[in-house]
Amino acid sequence: MAKKPIGPVRRAFAPWDDPAQPAFIEFRNVTKRFGDFVAVDDLSLTIYEREFHALLGGSGCGKTTLMRMLAGFENPTSGQIFLEGQDLAGIPPYRRPVNMMFQSYALFPHMSVEKNIAFGLLQDKMPKADVDKRVKEMLQLVKLEPFAKRKPHQLSGGQKQRVALARSLAKRPKVLLLDEPLGALDKKLREETQLELMTLQEDLRMTFLIVTHDQEEAMTMADRISVMDHGRILQNDTPATIYEMPNSRFVAEFIGDINILEGQISKKEGDQIQLFSSVLGDHLDIVQSIDVNVGDKAALAIRPEKMRISFDKPEGPGINAIPGEVWDIAYMGDVSIYHIKIAEAVTVRSIVANTTRLVERPITWDDKIWLSWNRDAGVILTR
Amino acid sequence: MVTKDLPVKKTKKGSPLLDYVMRLLPFFWLLLFFLVPFIIVYKISLSTIALSIPPYEPMLSLKEGIEGVKTFWDGLSWDNYIFLTEDPLYLSAYLSSLKIAFFSTVIALFVAYPIAYGMARSPREWQPTLLMLVILPFWTSFLIRVYAWIGILKSDGVLNQLLLWLGVIDSPLTILNTNTAVYIGIVYSYLPFMILPLYASLEKLDGSLLEAAEDLGCPPWKVFWRVTLPLSMPGVIAGCFLVFIPAVGEFVIPDILGGSETLMIGKTLWVEFFSNRDWPLASAVAVILLLILVIPITLFQRHQAKQEGHD
Repeated sequence: MAKKPIGPVRRAFAPWDDPAQPAFIEFRNVTKRFGDFVAVDDLSLTIYEREFHALLGGSGCGKTTLMRMLAGFENPTSGQIFLEGQDLAGIPPYRRPVNMMFQSYALFPHMSVEKNIAFGLLQDKMPKADVDKRVKEMLQLVKLEPFAKRKPHQLSGGQKQRVALARSLAKRPKVLLLDEPLGALDKKLREETQLELMTLQEDLRMTFLIVTHDQEEAMTMADRISVMDHGRILQNDTPATIYEMPNSRFVAEFIGDINILEGQISKKEGDQIQLFSSVLGDHLDIVQSIDVNVGDKAALAIRPEKMRISFDKPEGPGINAIPGEVWDIAYMGDVSIYHIKIAEAVTVRSIVANTTRLVERPITWDDKIWLSWNRDAGVILTR
Repeated sequence: MVTKDLPVKKTKKGSPLLDYVMRLLPFFWLLLFFLVPFIIVYKISLSTIALSIPPYEPMLSLKEGIEGVKTFWDGLSWDNYIFLTEDPLYLSAYLSSLKIAFFSTVIALFVAYPIAYGMARSPREWQPTLLMLVILPFWTSFLIRVYAWIGILKSDGVLNQLLLWLGVIDSPLTILNTNTAVYIGIVYSYLPFMILPLYASLEKLDGSLLEAAEDLGCPPWKVFWRVTLPLSMPGVIAGCFLVFIPAVGEFVIPDILGGSETLMIGKTLWVEFFSNRDWPLASAVAVILLLILVIPITLFQRHQAKQEGHD
């Protein structure tokens, strides 16, 4: 396979847009049942070489089962899994060129850090000198050289996590599977480790598949995210697309905060769409190329940071403006979240960056204000 | 090497007196049930046999004051211990007991490990039942269960009849009243003591460790050698102690199932105590038996503790 050089800018990496790119990992119509429970439901997914792919979803959505099938710990009830074009069916976990970093880290408690890291290499009958060299490299990589002789119980949570990472990377697997790798770490350490993992993945030019329920983690690290629910992938896209153009209410609400206004399509001319909201008694303009018909039930979803508030009604083409009343203000430091009452029992949230000091901000409780957003700020959701 | 201070565990608040009592309580019971009886036995072992009740002297009489204590002290001697070294019967009884206990322990380990492993790997909801089945024999008298083996092992017993019927043998095997019967009896009787600690250590084995080993390229049989077995070592050691220690001093099983060739220290002790009514010599046999077991085990455990400290 011809390797496309990757520049320092991550955005340049988009093999999914190139139809000539061969799949690296492919799940083809994979179903997994446990008794009556369908964990993975007729799922197909393609992951490309050197991609950092995240499986994101709540507990029981099938993300872990999907990963365990790739590792070989579970067999699909039906469907096939391919790695570099090879069908993995019947290949036991110990012969698959993938390694997994376990959620519990699963470090062997009776072995020192270096023995844990060497474990996989010794299974491959690698010469002793090479094993030592590789172990040293791995310890350097995760900055744990002084801890080589320690046992896992003598390490902190963050150090254990790094040993687990080094152990799973030591064999230079074709794919590294990460099962909720940062779940047990505190917030600050988690953010640091996220960056480390990203750098590592770029330096090692490896394919990473991560399972997580933390949307922020997936957004920060992954090239593409598969949002999963009930054993299906609802949307598989880049973090930006998932955030800006969610294809369903589930995805919109799972990732970040969003305001949803229910309504009915009242006009459609090309990508110029109008949605009639009965609670507002008003038509809202949207620009979006989407396959909908006049009369369809739909919802307009707008991220709170895309809603502006002002005393004067903003004028101009392409701006939706509706009157409202400040119901509540949540001061978060960097931003304030304004809860705006736009109709009886309907409030929406607007996030305003606190660019000035508190005393100088004029809008306060019970103020009558105008809420506005650009026509292209929201998306229409039909599911 | 970088070391970080670990947070110091704070003692729980509460009455300091109660705390003190609670901490002393185990020592009190050990004193009452272990040290005091041992001192009595030790004292008897230094006495001489006498035709009286109890059948040994001297007796400490406090009525005679300091003089009484002095007479008592002068009456004690090492003669019984010296006698033990002079008669080869005792040495061979000790060695034979250790040999029988050792091989019984090894056999019990090999029988118990697959059972414990299977139990720990079986579905969660079955495990209490399986555990119950292992403990069930304890609900019948130990003595009766050992007697039942006579019916199984004797020349016209269940086992021989089965083997004859199957055509495996032409004439009945002599198993009863041999060392083989003693091995069978000991392994059978002490098997639960081997299974339970093994099960306890295998049951808490984290399944993801086995998956991790397999993920790193270890075939299942190798996972057993590299991960399962090393991690179940505490259970193996505990089980071996629990079988070996009582097996060395076992009296009932060699008495009921063993024959004239079976020489075990427990039986020797019984003969000294009840047949010969030589309490002092019997006590000396018991004290030596205790030392034979306690000294190596203490050394072993100190070695283990030291090794753990090194890691």
